[in-house]
Amino acid sequence: MASLNKSNFLRAFSSYLPIIILFISVFNEFDFNYLKIENFSFNFVYILVFYWTLRSPDSLGYFSIFLAGIVNDVVIGIPIGISSLCYLIMCAVTAYIRNITLSPNFVKDWFSLLFTMVLINSIQVIILDLIFLIEISYMSYVVNSGFTFLFYPIFFVIFNGLSQIIYQKKND
Amino acid sequence: MASGRDDFVIAFRSAFLKKKDKQKFSLLSLILLSIVVIILSNINFKPIQFVKIGINEIIYRSSYFISKPENYLKNLTLRFNEHMNLFEKYENTKSELENLKEEKVTNNFLKLENEKLRNLINENINSEEVFAKVLIDRESPFLKSIILNKGTKDNVKIGMGIIDRVYLVGQIIEVNYTNSRALLLSDLNSKIPSLLAPQNIQAVISGTGKNYGIIEHTKDDIEEDLKDEDAIIYTSGLGGLFKPGIPIGKISKGTNYKVEFFSDFTQLDYVKIISFSIGDKK
Repeated sequence: MASLNKSNFLRAFSSYLPIIILFISVFNEFDFNYLKIENFSFNFVYILVFYWTLRSPDSLGYFSIFLAGIVNDVVIGIPIGISSLCYLIMCAVTAYIRNITLSPNFVKDWFSLLFTMVLINSIQVIILDLIFLIEISYMSYVVNSGFTFLFYPIFFVIFNGLSQIIYQKKND
Repeated sequence: MASGRDDFVIAFRSAFLKKKDKQKFSLLSLILLSIVVIILSNINFKPIQFVKIGINEIIYRSSYFISKPENYLKNLTLRFNEHMNLFEKYENTKSELENLKEEKVTNNFLKLENEKLRNLINENINSEEVFAKVLIDRESPFLKSIILNKGTKDNVKIGMGIIDRVYLVGQIIEVNYTNSRALLLSDLNSKIPSLLAPQNIQAVISGTGKNYGIIEHTKDDIEEDLKDEDAIIYTSGLGGLFKPGIPIGKISKGTNYKVEFFSDFTQLDYVKIISFSIGDKK
């Protein structure tokens, strides 16, 4: 009986794991500042949202993503709603890719991420710089997008492993 | 051609409007909601501002607790690096201490003279300080700011200066009931009226988004003035936001006029929030 309860808990916990990671990362806003590497940053949330909404859309609800965006905006200090809009546009792109793709391909996904990041960063820059007149560094966005693109394969492997564990637990 | 367009429209509509089994909201409705939130959050309407302050309070506190493991890791890395550089630091500090002892003698005299002169013109700078703990120091790649645990209930107001030991590190840009946000000097949006000494040049120090600042809005021949000696940057007090004479950073020779801030913004733990007024001596 105890082992049954334990397995139920693990099953429920594992199915919420992507959401838990999403919220921890927006509350934390991993910055790696303490590594003191200048011009190094990547957007972990973009990778997370892109992977899970593309490969396993049921694991990450759109409303959770919307809330995570609100949290991210408050923590970073930009006008509330901008990150939510960006994350949801990313979800729209992944939903579109899912609808037009018959057999998923890693390389296509990888380059779609680059296209999506260019799109959403452009929207973010337009809103922040041209509408709210908040001065931002374009180079930081380019560097951030570059590293996010480069780091995607690593997290792809990690999330693939995690996804398999989640589905194993679900099928147990 | 027509079927290709139809496929695109079907895929597009499906992406935006169709709800999956486990999705309670369609993407389109949430995207519209985000746009409404962006517009509402920037309307200066009291109920909306109260909601915004409430959201900020909850999220800042939550973020502080969730960030604890990461902060522990961060402190551990910093302590390890400090330990590795201990000897080198000791040697530098020893020689610096000798220089400072010599300077202190001269400074004591200047301080007395300054006080005497202020008394003569019957002027006094009154400043109030509030000690605050840094709750969150999430310096995003785009915006450099910190969250402090003091807000309107401690009389914190927008525009107040933030001091780390004796060095200026930023200013308050947002105030909630129990906490506030300060923009760091390194942020691109930070502009501080300053004075370069001993050259006596008025300038504006602007952040760059990196760990150094740059000089803006000054006379053209600044290069000539800074060619031969280092410059220490202080707040000029112009604009009435900061007390004059708060040290900000220095420009060393041959560094392409980069302003090296005195304070390390990645290691802020406790800071002082200051306000000041210049008036007659009470």
